Amino acid sequence: MAHPDELETLTKAFSGHGIHEQALISILGKWQPEEKKSFRKGNPNLFIEDERNFERWDDRHVRLLKHEFMRFKNAVVLWTMHPWERDARLVKEALKKGPQSYRILIEISCTRSADELLGTRRAYHSLFDHSIEEDVAYHVNGSERKLFVALVSAYRYEGSKVKEDIAKSEAMTLSNAIKEADNRKPIEDDEVIRILSTRSKPHLQAIYKHYNEISGKNIDEELDIDLRLKETVQCLCSPQKYFSKVLDTALTKDTDKNIKKALTRVIVTRADTDMKQIKQEYNNQFGVPLSKKVEDTTNGNYKDFLLTLIARGG
Amino acid sequence: MVSLKVPELVPSPAEDAEQLRKAFQGWGTNEALIISILAHRNAAQRKIIRETYAQTYGEDLLKDLDKELSSDFERAVLLWVLDPAERDAFLANEATKRLTSNNWIVMEIACTRSSHDLFVVRQAYHARFKRSLEEDVAYHTSGDFRKLLVPLVTSFRYEGDEVNMTLAKSEAKILHEKISNKAYNDEEIIRILTTRSKSQINATLNHYNNAFGNAINKDLKTDPEDEYLKLLRATIKCLTCPEKYFEKVLRLAINKLGTDEWALTRVVTTRAEVDMQRIKEEYHRRNSVPLERAIDSDTSGDYEKMLLALIGHGDA
Repeated sequence: MAHPDELETLTKAFSGHGIHEQALISILGKWQPEEKKSFRKGNPNLFIEDERNFERWDDRHVRLLKHEFMRFKNAVVLWTMHPWERDARLVKEALKKGPQSYRILIEISCTRSADELLGTRRAYHSLFDHSIEEDVAYHVNGSERKLFVALVSAYRYEGSKVKEDIAKSEAMTLSNAIKEADNRKPIEDDEVIRILSTRSKPHLQAIYKHYNEISGKNIDEELDIDLRLKETVQCLCSPQKYFSKVLDTALTKDTDKNIKKALTRVIVTRADTDMKQIKQEYNNQFGVPLSKKVEDTTNGNYKDFLLTLIARGG
Repeated sequence: MVSLKVPELVPSPAEDAEQLRKAFQGWGTNEALIISILAHRNAAQRKIIRETYAQTYGEDLLKDLDKELSSDFERAVLLWVLDPAERDAFLANEATKRLTSNNWIVMEIACTRSSHDLFVVRQAYHARFKRSLEEDVAYHTSGDFRKLLVPLVTSFRYEGDEVNMTLAKSEAKILHEKISNKAYNDEEIIRILTTRSKSQINATLNHYNNAFGNAINKDLKTDPEDEYLKLLRATIKCLTCPEKYFEKVLRLAINKLGTDEWALTRVVTTRAEVDMQRIKEEYHRRNSVPLERAIDSDTSGDYEKMLLALIGHGDA
């Protein structure tokens, strides 16, 4: 009979993000046939009772397991990749997956520096023989297209010089567009797109401040009517807040496999950028250190790799 | 092909800088000397001359030129001395300012430069004007013009020759459909023209012609006075056959009552190191008169001499 502790450890080794390789080796590797059988019988979510009297691996779960085994490999490959290739491939994948992944387009076009985005556009040419904007325009339909094409095409000024009077008037423009949301969707408003896709980040942060002074609320709080615009504003003005939120959602147990992938993506892409601030923000928002949450939710080599990356920033 | 003529044995940048300094000294200016040097140096050489001049005399060559020269000749020399990316950034910025507002210049720069060169222009724009090119273009345009121009200046087209014929057919069909419905500012038309590679657009428009009987620009001529349609037709021309576009700009600039010196200067200084030879051939073909002769009869003095030197007339 298998020891209950071992059973529990092994079940945990197969669930969550990644695989606990050591547990599988040390426990599963030494189990006798009866112990394996009691594991199979005790896990109806992994094994189905077949009519011909044996416990059968659930196909769907085997496929999910494949993803979990690959999680470490994917993290390593993504981490080693040149950032330009990495971002270009992430964009391509997001376009293929469709609307549920479009937030990645916003993330990449809004949280990278102007030159990083340019590098990504160059790499895209090499990898896919098309320009990023032509593929985004081709695959995205509807009201989001204008915004996304504009965002991936931007080459924002990176200096700190801001014209406060223009920022103030543009905050007003945005406020009016949001008020008029019932008559006209803000994401289709040319002025909203112009401001969000061409102005520099310091300028947008000034707009964020003025907006608060004008309407008493933060602009992203008022953009629940349009999640894309909300994500855009968050990525441009307060990326660490955005990322810590994405991490928290990804670290929930039993989430959708696409949401899970965000964990690898965010940690790998931010480890050498603003991971330190993201950790602070995460702790502020959720009262728990990010590393602890990762420790509790992930397994094995994948876990160790992520924790190492998170610790890099200090 | 380039029309600029550079001598076989080029003097050192220090010698050039010294001669230019001499050209400014005393009463008046030795314009012939300025032309003989600057109009026969390429962009890389001009850049070093500017740096050498600044190091030796502590002043910016451009500022000294500005002080010493006047009007059309000055503008031609000033534009010529600027590094190509700076020049395009300067012209684009001028074009967005209200009084000199000219959507065509922005479109011209966006469509006739390579993807790489257009990007360097955007970088030069940051450095000089502390804003992005797209934010200024977006801010100073509206409606259909903005819809067309902003994606044009922000494009980073794939530059390969690969063409997808199936896509060419389907996109030619889309273009034809939108044009037949007079939806000239439709998102699909803008998407195709502002994101596809130049080779792909060429294939699509060739297919358009084969399948629907008319070249696309013919179908876009429904209202000859519509400014947006004019810009759209010019965009297509710039993307597919820039020499013809530039020939027309030159022709209109020269034939106009008086002359549109700004357009003439712009085309000559921006194309002398790119495809002026081909533009000259196109001009001759279309007007039965060599470009040199047309410029000679329409302009005079140092301005004329500068232009002629840049288009390759005479020796290095």
